Amino acid sequence: MVSPFAPSTRHLAWGRVHRCTHSVSRPRGVAEARAALAARGHRSLLPYGLGRSYGDCCLNPDGLLLETRGLDRLLSFDAERGIVHCEAGVSLADLLVTVVGRPAPDGGVWFLPVTPGTRFVTVGGAIANDVHGKNHETAGSFGHHLIDLLLLRSDGTIVRCAHDENADLFRATIGGLGLTGLILEARLQLVSVPSLWLENEDLRFEDLEGFFRLAEDSRGWTYTVAWIDCLARGRSLGRGIFSRARHLNDRRPPPPAPRPPRVTVPFDPPISPLNPLTLRLFNTLFYHRLGRRGRRVGVMPFDRVLYPLDGLAEWNRLYGPRGFFQYQCVVPPDGAFSTIARLLETIARTKQGSFLAVLKTLGDRPAPGLLSFPMHGVTLALDFPNRGQPTLALMDALDDIVLAAGGRLYPAKDGRVPAQVFRAGYPLWKRFAELKDPAFSSAFWRRVGEEETAPATERPA
Amino acid sequence: MTTPSRALKIAVFGATSAIAEATLRLWAAQNAQLFLVARDRERLERIAADLTLRGARGVKSFVADFDDPSILAPMLAAMEAALGVPEVALVAFGTLGDQKAIARDPEAVRRTLLTNIVSPAVLLTALAERFEQAGRGCLAVITSVAGDRGRASNYVYGAAKGGLQTFLEGLRHRLAKSQVQVLDIRPGPVDTPMTAHMSKEGFLWATPERVAADILRAVGRRRTVLYTPWFWRWIMLVIRHLPQPLFHRLNI
Repeated sequence: MVSPFAPSTRHLAWGRVHRCTHSVSRPRGVAEARAALAARGHRSLLPYGLGRSYGDCCLNPDGLLLETRGLDRLLSFDAERGIVHCEAGVSLADLLVTVVGRPAPDGGVWFLPVTPGTRFVTVGGAIANDVHGKNHETAGSFGHHLIDLLLLRSDGTIVRCAHDENADLFRATIGGLGLTGLILEARLQLVSVPSLWLENEDLRFEDLEGFFRLAEDSRGWTYTVAWIDCLARGRSLGRGIFSRARHLNDRRPPPPAPRPPRVTVPFDPPISPLNPLTLRLFNTLFYHRLGRRGRRVGVMPFDRVLYPLDGLAEWNRLYGPRGFFQYQCVVPPDGAFSTIARLLETIARTKQGSFLAVLKTLGDRPAPGLLSFPMHGVTLALDFPNRGQPTLALMDALDDIVLAAGGRLYPAKDGRVPAQVFRAGYPLWKRFAELKDPAFSSAFWRRVGEEETAPATERPA
Repeated sequence: MTTPSRALKIAVFGATSAIAEATLRLWAAQNAQLFLVARDRERLERIAADLTLRGARGVKSFVADFDDPSILAPMLAAMEAALGVPEVALVAFGTLGDQKAIARDPEAVRRTLLTNIVSPAVLLTALAERFEQAGRGCLAVITSVAGDRGRASNYVYGAAKGGLQTFLEGLRHRLAKSQVQVLDIRPGPVDTPMTAHMSKEGFLWATPERVAADILRAVGRRRTVLYTPWFWRWIMLVIRHLPQPLFHRLNI
C-alpha cells in the first residue's frame, strides 16, 4: 500500500508568517479519509481547507494535514426550504455560482445566511471558525444556520451532530478549529432575500464617536462595517468610513455571478510595498476618497460589497516574505468606546498602523459554539506587517487592554496569543478540550490548550 | 449563463477519476447532458448529484468494472438509451500503482496492462463503430507523457499508455475520412489520488482543473494530440531524443 501522505512546505496560513513542513493527504471520499487515518501512525492530524485562516490554527508543523478540497461535492438542494447539503470542502464561492440566486417560494432568492469577507473559504472552515459577517447583528454567525454535520473521528467512526443529536460535540465542532475530527458533510439553511443587488452607502465620520452614532443609526441596514484610519490621533482618533448595505427590494435582472479574480500577485515582492510611507498615504487618501460631501450612495452586485478583496488573488503576498499578523478582538458593549479608543491610541503611538483597520458592532445572539469568537460588543480587526519583536510587543500591549475590558481574540486570525490570554477569553475551553479528538492537533492548540501552566510562548521569528 | 437550445451530450468512462470529475464540472456548467460510468457506485452517485446541482441538464450513471468484458454490451446500450451517440466520449480510467512493486510481479504487470491498454482499446473499438456511423463527434482519451518513452520509474504503466497512443494514432488514421475527432490527451504529473504519495513541490505539477480546461479547449479546436500543461510537449521532445548513454544516467 502506497502512503496517502506526501511531504509539503507549501501549506501556509494566510498571514505567511509561520513556515513549516507537513505531510499532506487529500482524500476524495470517506474510504480515502479512513485510509489516511489508518496510515497516520503516531502523528497528529488537522483538516486544511483553503488556507484562509491567518495565523497558526490551520497549521500542524511536522504533523499531518487532511486537505478537504477533495471533499467538495454538492449533494442536494431543497429549493422549497432553502437547505443545501454538501461535502465540507465545498467553498462558499461554489455555493454562490450554484444554489445561491435560485428562486425561493416567497418570491425572493436564496442567499448565504452569513459570509465572511472572502468567498474563498470552505463550508468546513466556516463551521470550524464559526465565521461571522457584516450582518452579525441580525444573523448571528455561521453556526447559527447549520442544521447538522457528519464528523469522522480518528477511531474511524462517523458521528452525526445536530442540536438534538450529540449536541455537545455539535457545539464543540462549531468554532472547534478542526480539532474535533474531520467534518465530512453539512446541511446549511440558506436565507431568502429580495434580490442579489445591494443598495449601499459609504459615510465619512470624523472621530470614534461618529462611528458609534452611525452604528446606532444603521439598525435598518443588514450589513454594516467601518474602516478606520488608524494613524489618526488626537481629535481625529477613530475617524474613518462607515459602510452600510441592504438587499435591494426590486425586480431587476440578477447581477452576473461573481467571476474568478482577474489579477494575481504572482510572487512575494522582496521588499514589501506596504511600508510606513505608503501606509500614511493610503490612509489619508482613503479617508478623503468620498470627496467634500463625505458620502456616497449606490447600488452594486452583492460580491462588490461583501468581497472587496476577492478581486486580487493572493493579496497577502503584498506583505513580503516575512508575512503579516492579523489582530482581531471583540470587547463587550459596556465601556467599548473607551476600550477601542485606548487600542487605537496605542497603535497610533507605535506608528505600526494597519492598512485595513476594521471596526464593527456585533449582535447579542448567544454564540452557537463553545469556542465561537463573536459575542455582543464591538470588534476591531487590524493587520500588522511582521517586523518581529516590535510587532509582537505591540500585540501584547493590546492584549492587556482587551483582557482588562473582558474581551477576547479571534483564533482564526491569531498566530501568537499566549495561553493565558486565550483561556481568559474562552472560559469554556476546558469543556472543549474534553470533547476534542485526541488525534487532532494544531500549532495553535499546542500553544493555548495543551500546556499545563501558562507557558513562555514560542515566538515566530 | 447562456443555455444552448440543445444540450451537449457527453459520455465519460472512468467518471470518478479526478481529471474526469474536473472536466465534467466544466461541461456541467455548460448545461451538458451526461452519461457517467465508474466502478464505485457510492462515489458515482455523489458525483452525479454534484454535477446536477452544478448545471448538468440530466445525468445518467452506470456502474461497471471496465476489465470485465461482459459489461461492454449492456454499458453501451445504456449509453445509447441515455444519449444516443454522444458528441464527446471521454475515456479516463486507468491505474498507476507502485512501479517498484509492479515491475517484479508478473500478475501486477498483467493487471496494469489489462486496465490501461486492453480495456480502453476494447471500449474504443466499440465506440468507434458508433461514432463512424454517426459521422461526427470526439473520442477523447487520457494517455500520459509516460507513454512517450520507457523509463525505469514507470515503464509498465508507460508501455500501456504508449500502446494506447499508437492505437489512437491508428484509429485516427482509419477515421480520417469521417468527421470524427480522435484526441490523445497526454498530461504530465497531476495532483490526484493516483499520485497522492508523491511530493508536489516544483513547477511541473498541474491541477486537475488546469488539465480539464485544456481538454475542453482541445475538444473545441479539434486537436489531435494534447500535451497538458503545454510545456510537456517540449520536455518530452527532449527526453525522446536523448541519446541512450546520457538517458541511462538519468534517474527519471
